[in-house]
Amino acid sequence: MQFGIFTVGDVTTDPTTGRTPTEHERIKATVEIAKKADEVGLDVFATGEHHNPPFIASAPTTTLAYIGAQTKRIILSTATTLITTTDPVLIAENYAKLQHLTDGRVDLMMGRGNTGPVYPWFGKDIRDGIALAVENYALLHRLWREDVVDWQGRFRTPLQGFTSTPRPLDGVPPFVWHGSIRSPEIAEQAAYYGDGFFHNNIFWPMSHTKQMVDLYRRRFEHYGHGPADTAIVGLGGQVFMRKNSQDAVREFRPYFDVAPVYGHGPSLEEFTAQTPLTVGSPQQVIDRYAAMRDHVGHYQRQLFLMDHAGLPLPTVLEQIEILGSEVVPVLRREMAAGRPAHIPDAPTHASLVAAAGGARDATVSAVDDVTGRVAENAAETTTESLR
Amino acid sequence: MSRRTLAVVSAGLRQPSSTRLLADRLAEVTVRDLAGREVEAEIRVVELREHAHDLTNHLLAGFPSPALSNAIDDVTTADGMIAVSPIFSASYSGLFKSFFDVLDTDALSGMPVLLGATGGTERHSLALEHALRPLFAYLRAVTVPTAVYAATSDWGSENGDGAGATSGLSRRIERAAAELADLMAARPAREPADPFALPTSFEQLLSEN
Repeated sequence: MQFGIFTVGDVTTDPTTGRTPTEHERIKATVEIAKKADEVGLDVFATGEHHNPPFIASAPTTTLAYIGAQTKRIILSTATTLITTTDPVLIAENYAKLQHLTDGRVDLMMGRGNTGPVYPWFGKDIRDGIALAVENYALLHRLWREDVVDWQGRFRTPLQGFTSTPRPLDGVPPFVWHGSIRSPEIAEQAAYYGDGFFHNNIFWPMSHTKQMVDLYRRRFEHYGHGPADTAIVGLGGQVFMRKNSQDAVREFRPYFDVAPVYGHGPSLEEFTAQTPLTVGSPQQVIDRYAAMRDHVGHYQRQLFLMDHAGLPLPTVLEQIEILGSEVVPVLRREMAAGRPAHIPDAPTHASLVAAAGGARDATVSAVDDVTGRVAENAAETTTESLR
Repeated sequence: MSRRTLAVVSAGLRQPSSTRLLADRLAEVTVRDLAGREVEAEIRVVELREHAHDLTNHLLAGFPSPALSNAIDDVTTADGMIAVSPIFSASYSGLFKSFFDVLDTDALSGMPVLLGATGGTERHSLALEHALRPLFAYLRAVTVPTAVYAATSDWGSENGDGAGATSGLSRRIERAAAELADLMAARPAREPADPFALPTSFEQLLSEN
């Protein structure tokens, strides 16, 4: 079972001080948050992708590479990668590069996750959202698995004899999760490929999340990837903790009340009753999240949203500290208890390499038809002749 | 006797409310007419007033409270509906619209619907035709031809003591209820759409591209 945090990178005024962080502060804070997550023993740091204010989450591979250079262990992921408006060729190349630079500590979560205006900025139409997610991922899937791709589709220029570079590290593409809140087609897509399915249930009642996960599990089995209970499921979560639950509620309420995502709507009490948001003691968080598997079955990844709604960086770091030291160790034990042996862990680079029968160098070298020499040798010769 | 469920949605704001009164009379006659067609009807009343705060919360938060969720299910799984709104500013009330705004686009597709409205004066009666009916056309519901408008003056005439001029409210109710009963009795019980039952298979999604 993997535990981690995910961020959307919002720039939000702290309602208790009236101060709004700068983009620069939020960008640097993202790095601090990821390093803290690594330090306290979390498994995953995931960043979203947005291309509009108030978010600083554009250019995710730049952020993740910078974090990757300063951490040793934590898996770097996305929440989500916009498979709709981002060219799948760029996704293939950017994340394969990130995979090499971080020695395989990379996976991705695909999502559509855009507001209407974002699509036309990238030459797309939101009404094609599902079709874009289907076609673009189908291409991305091939680009990582086939050295030379001929391809033609509706949404981008055709490819003739195209090789996406670099080739995936050790010949194994990054593991992919498909994230969706309410589109059955995306659960179906995840099931079709035998990829992971992530439900960001943080703003939704559990009954809804359960329906989506059930659909994914049922179809995972239908497509022959194994029994439904072995499908790879991830969930979102959201917590705010203090030793005494009253203190947690008192401190978090002003952030909740005016937060762009849920402010001015249901009360904090209604929202915590109806969604996985848990504001209270670490023990309350443990109890609430240990019970998640009762709703969706044994699952593989739990990510928490910790740094939004204007919470100041020191508070966020404290929260991650509590999560890593007091909550996750207990949840790991709880989740392991009664977990049948045949339920797989979330795939990692190491497990994928092992499943592929070992690492292989997947480098594709251009070969000169006339001389039979590969490109690097030719380049060496040229360099020597220049000396 | 076969069985059908009839949802009755009232957007009246006061208690007691003339909107609810009209909704109840329409429901009562419809049930009687259905019984005459060998159909036993179960009535499910949804008073939107009780869900006003939850509707706003749903608009802002994107999901319904458990109580509102039950009300939505009561309506979307019904075989027919009577929908009655007070007329404000030449149209349905905001509360009425909010409820239909949070339903899935296809939730009422093909459902027989009887429209009703109330107002202070008869001169707002065409709001049924220029506001309510287009809303339900968009939702692809099947609205019955007669829509029933009850102005304040309608309640004082013909029904009971016989004082005042005959406004024909009872006749309009009888006609509209018969039209709804005909549609509901003629159709098989409605199968509610379950988006999670079996989606479009992925092979088909791929080939549609």
